[in-house]
Amino acid sequence: MAFLTNFYAFLFYFAAFVLVAGLVFKLVQYSATPAPLKIPTTPAPTTRTGVVLRMMREVVLFESLFRGNKWTWIFGWMFHFGLFLVTLRHLRYFMDPVPFPIQLVQPFGIYGGLAMVVGLAGLWVRRFSVDRVKYITSTSDHLILALLILIGCSGLLMKFVFHTDVVEIKSFFLGLYTFDLKPLPGDPLLLLHLFLVASLMIIFPYSKLLHAPGLFFSPTRNQVDNPREQRHIAPWAKKLEQQ
Amino acid sequence: MAKATFEVPELSEYTEVPAVKPGAMAHSSTFRAKEEFQQDLGFPGELVEDWQTKAIDKMGELLGKYRSLRVYMDACVKCGSCTDKCHYFLGTQDPKNMPVGRQDLMRKVYRRYFTLAGRLFPKLVGAEDFTKEVLDDWYCYYHQCSQCRRCSVFCPYGIDTAEISMAAREIMDSIGVGQKYCNEIIGKVYKIGNNLGLPGPALIDTIEGLEEDVYDETGVKVRYPIDEEGAEILLVTPSADFFAEPHVDGLIGYGKVFHEAGISWTISTYASEAANFGMFIGSYENMRRLAQRIREAAIKLKVKRIVFGECGHAWRVAYSFLNTLAGPWDFLDPKYPVPQHICEFTHGLIQEGKLKFDKSENDDKVLTYHDSCNVARASRMGDTPGGQFEIPRAIIKATCNHFYDMDEDTIRDRTFCCGGGGGLLTDDLMEVRVKGAKPRIDALNNVMQEKGVTHMAAICAICKTQFSKVLPYYGMEMDQVLSLHQLVSNAIVLTPGEDDDEPDGDEDLDNDNETDEAA
Repeated sequence: MAFLTNFYAFLFYFAAFVLVAGLVFKLVQYSATPAPLKIPTTPAPTTRTGVVLRMMREVVLFESLFRGNKWTWIFGWMFHFGLFLVTLRHLRYFMDPVPFPIQLVQPFGIYGGLAMVVGLAGLWVRRFSVDRVKYITSTSDHLILALLILIGCSGLLMKFVFHTDVVEIKSFFLGLYTFDLKPLPGDPLLLLHLFLVASLMIIFPYSKLLHAPGLFFSPTRNQVDNPREQRHIAPWAKKLEQQ
Repeated sequence: MAKATFEVPELSEYTEVPAVKPGAMAHSSTFRAKEEFQQDLGFPGELVEDWQTKAIDKMGELLGKYRSLRVYMDACVKCGSCTDKCHYFLGTQDPKNMPVGRQDLMRKVYRRYFTLAGRLFPKLVGAEDFTKEVLDDWYCYYHQCSQCRRCSVFCPYGIDTAEISMAAREIMDSIGVGQKYCNEIIGKVYKIGNNLGLPGPALIDTIEGLEEDVYDETGVKVRYPIDEEGAEILLVTPSADFFAEPHVDGLIGYGKVFHEAGISWTISTYASEAANFGMFIGSYENMRRLAQRIREAAIKLKVKRIVFGECGHAWRVAYSFLNTLAGPWDFLDPKYPVPQHICEFTHGLIQEGKLKFDKSENDDKVLTYHDSCNVARASRMGDTPGGQFEIPRAIIKATCNHFYDMDEDTIRDRTFCCGGGGGLLTDDLMEVRVKGAKPRIDALNNVMQEKGVTHMAAICAICKTQFSKVLPYYGMEMDQVLSLHQLVSNAIVLTPGEDDDEPDGDEDLDNDNETDEAA
């Protein structure tokens, strides 16, 4: 048991480090790269507030995807919103005491788990059944879907079939904050679940999962449509003017 | 009209999404730029020796200069939302003409050289070395993108394939693989002043002829001034407007509008081109150099305002980039946006009640309107978002009695490109152009059948040329496409000046009208 506990403790320290460091690196890289021209996809908001609203519609409702493809939107939105609820539900393992809103969200987290798996399954079916989507799918796209579905299914199985000791899990994770290693239950399903989650954290900054931070940096979505009113110029372009 | 050496798609009521047919357009390859054309733009004349290293270095440079490119290389999740949005895919079935398919040509190289996953597990993430075959694919398919941005509308992350094809063309130019059409034309602007290579004296001659024609037709001295210092407005318009049909009818219309407004204006022989092909090849430096000509002309002619004629990608560069590339415009009249679109100008006058129209002059036509891609999705007119859709339609409705829009899915920000934009308006790409026009022509055909539409108005030189050329392939007439300002020109009621002695058209605003029914 001690070996398992140590291994998982190390795994999660490592995964958390890779996730945070990798994401910070990407965020810094994105912000440091200038957008030399005004390229919002128009019609675009003419004010900052308008851009914030546009961005919120993209993040919360997947507005552009809705316009693009209804099936992908339904499954994609189910998956993401499900994942969001599941994540909220899981926060109870990482905080003590558990805040009231998180207590409130617990039952919804279960529905979220179901929605997530259904959504993922729908997205996966499209990768086989729509010839255009099949054409653009690479092995890594299948693997990421498999990873997420396995995470979802192993979680649901623990909820509904093979229960595990959630109190011990919580003490394991809370212990990680203070480098105080508490024993982790040895249930195979739990170990699988946690291993896959750690893998997901590790690949996040190195894969297409970067779409999450990427959206916020997308010039076609985050720029204000005011090029005539305000001169927009990148530092490297400014240098051309001094020649 | 030469008949096609390829199969022209059959029109359908609604454009259906076809099955993918890999390699369907792999044979299409636009002519390469010769050494001299490359060098005029500061690019190597032919494929450089260590092209692979140079190309990767250039890609690295661009990734550091353009956030769009950096983010768009990373963000795609292959959701498929864009796959059925590109008119070139819909018309050709080639999956590399799906926006994501086109992007992936670069993305696989990006992943191989710039990402950890691609360096370690290339097969797994679809990363590939930049081989000669990949380069050939780039040249082929990045010249089957009209940079119309339709894909970016539907992408959940706003990934704009135009940004990627521009970067790809810039990378290819930097290793000596340029396109003849774009690069030769840019060189012409540097040497002569416009895309068509129309030298100053010829231009002056043409414009004088035009002035006489309009006088003969209307009996009113409408002026078409050129290189007139001290004019209020500098008109920058695509050079096709100077003589090609139906473009020139648009130019005639602008002149009549200026005449009625009583505002002095001028064309410049030096900046006699609105289009900026620097954008097509993704070259900031060339785009800037072209834009600077407009600044120089504005200073030299001491104008107070700049107005752009009907031109799509040109309006994108003008509206979205001109301030960046050639601003600040603090020497111009701050009361007006810089630049203004001719439609904004005309619409403003309509709203002020300064223009009189006899709509029945257009009663021989039933109209529809084609939203040009770069006006629709990369620019604006007026003060509110979407003005680029409303203002041209308002002008049509003010000048015509019969107007119907095409299917909602094919207009406004979902409009289909004409099939000839972004540097593809060349005969060596005729198959791509004809097939890429299918979605638009499906929709046009539909309103022709259902509403009896006879003509389609457009506000882009490329659209007009493309449709004139492509419509006959689909059994339609080349003159079914019109300049929007041709409609204005037909319907406008001109105020005669003080006979043949025109005093700059300045004071004759209030002279009451003796309508001339010529034409």
